[in-house]
Amino acid sequence: METFIHQVVAGIATGGVYASMALALVMIYQSTHHINFAQGELAMFATYMSWTLINAGVSYWLAFTCTILLAFALGVLIQRIIIRPVENAPVLNIVVVFIGLLVILNSIAGWVFTYTIKSFPSPFPKEPPFGLHFISSHELGSIGVTFVLLLLLFSFFKFTPLGLAMRAAAQNPDSSRLVGIRVGWMLALGWGLAAAIGSVAGMMIAPVVFLDPNMMSGILLYAFAAALVGGIDSPGGAVLGGFIVGILENILGAYVIGTELKLSVALVLIIVVLTIKPAGLFGKVIVSRV
Amino acid sequence: MSRTLLQVTDMHAGYGATEVLHGLTMTIEEGSITTLLGANGAGKTTTLRALSKMIKVRGQIQFDGKAIEGKSTEDIVRLGVAHVPDGRGTFGSLSTEENLQLGSYTRKDKQEAALDQEKMYTYFPRLKERRQQQAGTLSGGEQQMLAIARALMLRPRLLLLDEPSFGLAPLIVREIFDIMRTINQVDKVTILLVEQNAAMALDLAKYAYLLETGKLVLSGLAEDLKKDEAVRRSYLGH
Amino acid sequence: MSSNLSSHEKAIPWIWLILGLLGACALPFFISNYHVFQLSMVLTYAIALVGLNILIGYSGQISLGHGAFLAIGAYTTAILMDKADMPYWMTIPIAAAVCLVVGFLFGLPALRLEGHYLALATFALAVALPQLLKFKHLEFLTGGVQGIVIMKPEAPWETLFGLKLNADRWLYFFTLAVTVVMFVIGWNLIRGRVGRALIAIRDQPIAAASMGIDTPLYKSLAFGVSAMFTGVAGALSAILVAFVAPDSFTVFLSITLMVGMVIGGVTSLPGALYGALFIQFIPNIADQISKAAPWAIYGTMLILFMYTMPTGIAGLFRLIGQKLRPTHP
Repeated sequence: METFIHQVVAGIATGGVYASMALALVMIYQSTHHINFAQGELAMFATYMSWTLINAGVSYWLAFTCTILLAFALGVLIQRIIIRPVENAPVLNIVVVFIGLLVILNSIAGWVFTYTIKSFPSPFPKEPPFGLHFISSHELGSIGVTFVLLLLLFSFFKFTPLGLAMRAAAQNPDSSRLVGIRVGWMLALGWGLAAAIGSVAGMMIAPVVFLDPNMMSGILLYAFAAALVGGIDSPGGAVLGGFIVGILENILGAYVIGTELKLSVALVLIIVVLTIKPAGLFGKVIVSRV
Repeated sequence: MSRTLLQVTDMHAGYGATEVLHGLTMTIEEGSITTLLGANGAGKTTTLRALSKMIKVRGQIQFDGKAIEGKSTEDIVRLGVAHVPDGRGTFGSLSTEENLQLGSYTRKDKQEAALDQEKMYTYFPRLKERRQQQAGTLSGGEQQMLAIARALMLRPRLLLLDEPSFGLAPLIVREIFDIMRTINQVDKVTILLVEQNAAMALDLAKYAYLLETGKLVLSGLAEDLKKDEAVRRSYLGH
Repeated sequence: MSSNLSSHEKAIPWIWLILGLLGACALPFFISNYHVFQLSMVLTYAIALVGLNILIGYSGQISLGHGAFLAIGAYTTAILMDKADMPYWMTIPIAAAVCLVVGFLFGLPALRLEGHYLALATFALAVALPQLLKFKHLEFLTGGVQGIVIMKPEAPWETLFGLKLNADRWLYFFTLAVTVVMFVIGWNLIRGRVGRALIAIRDQPIAAASMGIDTPLYKSLAFGVSAMFTGVAGALSAILVAFVAPDSFTVFLSITLMVGMVIGGVTSLPGALYGALFIQFIPNIADQISKAAPWAIYGTMLILFMYTMPTGIAGLFRLIGQKLRPTHP
């Protein structure tokens, strides 16, 4: 029974990481209707930046904060310089650009930081919290960080004028321009935020899966699945989807299939969900009038 | 002593390779209500879109003496031009109040903006009742009121209105036209009104322009156009 | 007068085609065996890209998982040659049939999904297949992680028209023949009723359905046919490489195919060839430009191609052709 609870709790911890990445995907999707395939590599790159800072002697939480800011800046720059020229190109072309970006980031990370697996420190103590057996301090801390992140984002979008402007720009760019919102910069901001969220996700998962240039590809896939399960246009759904996928992955891996086929079975299950509910659990089915 | 607020000279505009407006010249007097009339497809909506730079434009446009034909929509808005587009352009998934807040997004005087929001609720009590409701679920008339209120939250000097009467019941249209009269006389907002409902528009406005297939064919005082034979036959039905 | 022009326009592709084929036949005798092998691989990619094009370009669906069909075709050939001692040329139609059926069956439920959801489903297929191939309980068939080694076929004759024919050259001609057959099949499909139905479904699905086009059937067929093409490509590549292993068919392969299709030019048969050349040779060129981070160069080239050639290489040639052709009143 205890191991079961531990699997669920571990699932919630990794689920938080999937939820954050899924949220980043949905944010960019809502404002641009594109899936950012390079989201994982951005997060990985940011995590490496953090590792560099920590190795240079910077204290963890200072490095954490600097990384978030650096990731934000990187996201904004990428949107303004690389993505903006192809904003209105056909979907397939944009997908190729994203793939190009993915490959570039992966390759540069491998070149600068090498492909040897590195360990990444956790800011949380090694001993389990309060003597509990079914949860590690890192898992608890990771869940905590995720919740703080999601809460901050929710407050930003719901209660600040800039958050309102970003929501408006994502929904209706034309009307947004008519109230003076600089839609182009809202898109860049969205990318910056998504990159920042990804950096937090990367820093939370790196202690568990270890740091290497390919660490985020499986995670991105789960995040993609989580966003779709929740409904690609629903931020709340993406978050919930992330937790569901996290728990599902752990339970399946531990009790049903074993780690080899974990990924495949989880994905197949998600596809089954989508066959029953094609727009995801909370997605809106758009009825188009002929 | 009338000042010109908006001066348009030889404006050409269109969509892609198709030119819809062929050299438009218009003068909008500060503090007045001017109406732009014409049949479907004449280019009325295109004119307003051109003024807000939502489409490409050739020619000169001067707002308050400053050239704006090279400016972007967001910058034109910041100069004090509010455009209520055809289709209303409300943010459907946001609440009524959030829509109003967006109207004052560019204003630095937040206290004043909050007061203006209350003023909008006195102009449009129906919106106050529905302030937390999702804007997309409001009725057509309420959405039109919301669109106008949102534009007014800018404290604009020039209000561009695109077919506010479209698809609305006559009683609601009357309400909206009364409000337009009020904001023009009390708040001194200059209005450029595009309308298909020529009768009501000519009653409200001081000046009128008639557009036919992208060219101005008639202009002058509204009361003169009301008496014009051709206008009466084609647009007033008598 | 206009009919003269159209027959003149139609004549040009034939000349290029015949010249191209003659050139292709002559080529292997002038280059090294390794380059012959590379060209053969290019041809297999071209077949795969025609398949992908039928699905994405003409039928408007998406697949991020066509690498899976390359794997199924390759493994079908490998298993038949290794376990059933079947001659290599016999395995090709069987691989085609297997992939046609699997693709069609995959297409049936996948229909309900659109856009991103279909992308995920196909992506899942691409991820799942290598894991399945490594699965312990299937090792007796698939050879597990180590895969299957096949005997590379020998050329049936020592010389052809007095020119020396070795295994690589023979396999090149074999591949070329299959490629021509597949392109002809593809051409006929696209030009005929099937192609028109697919385009109708892609552009106006509701109108197409109300005109009596059985949309679900055609969409599944599109999947099946495109899988068949890719399966043939996979089978050929297994014979050429003489080896199949799960790690040869990662998700990255599926992505590479899609990238090749877009860069070559969507909805274009010649585009399949340009895309195949890109897939085969650009990584080598990138490697020569920078040994340290070749994929960064590759990625940069992808982005630059999209900035400068949004309609692909085929689109670029089309534009050049239009500029060169004299304008007529």
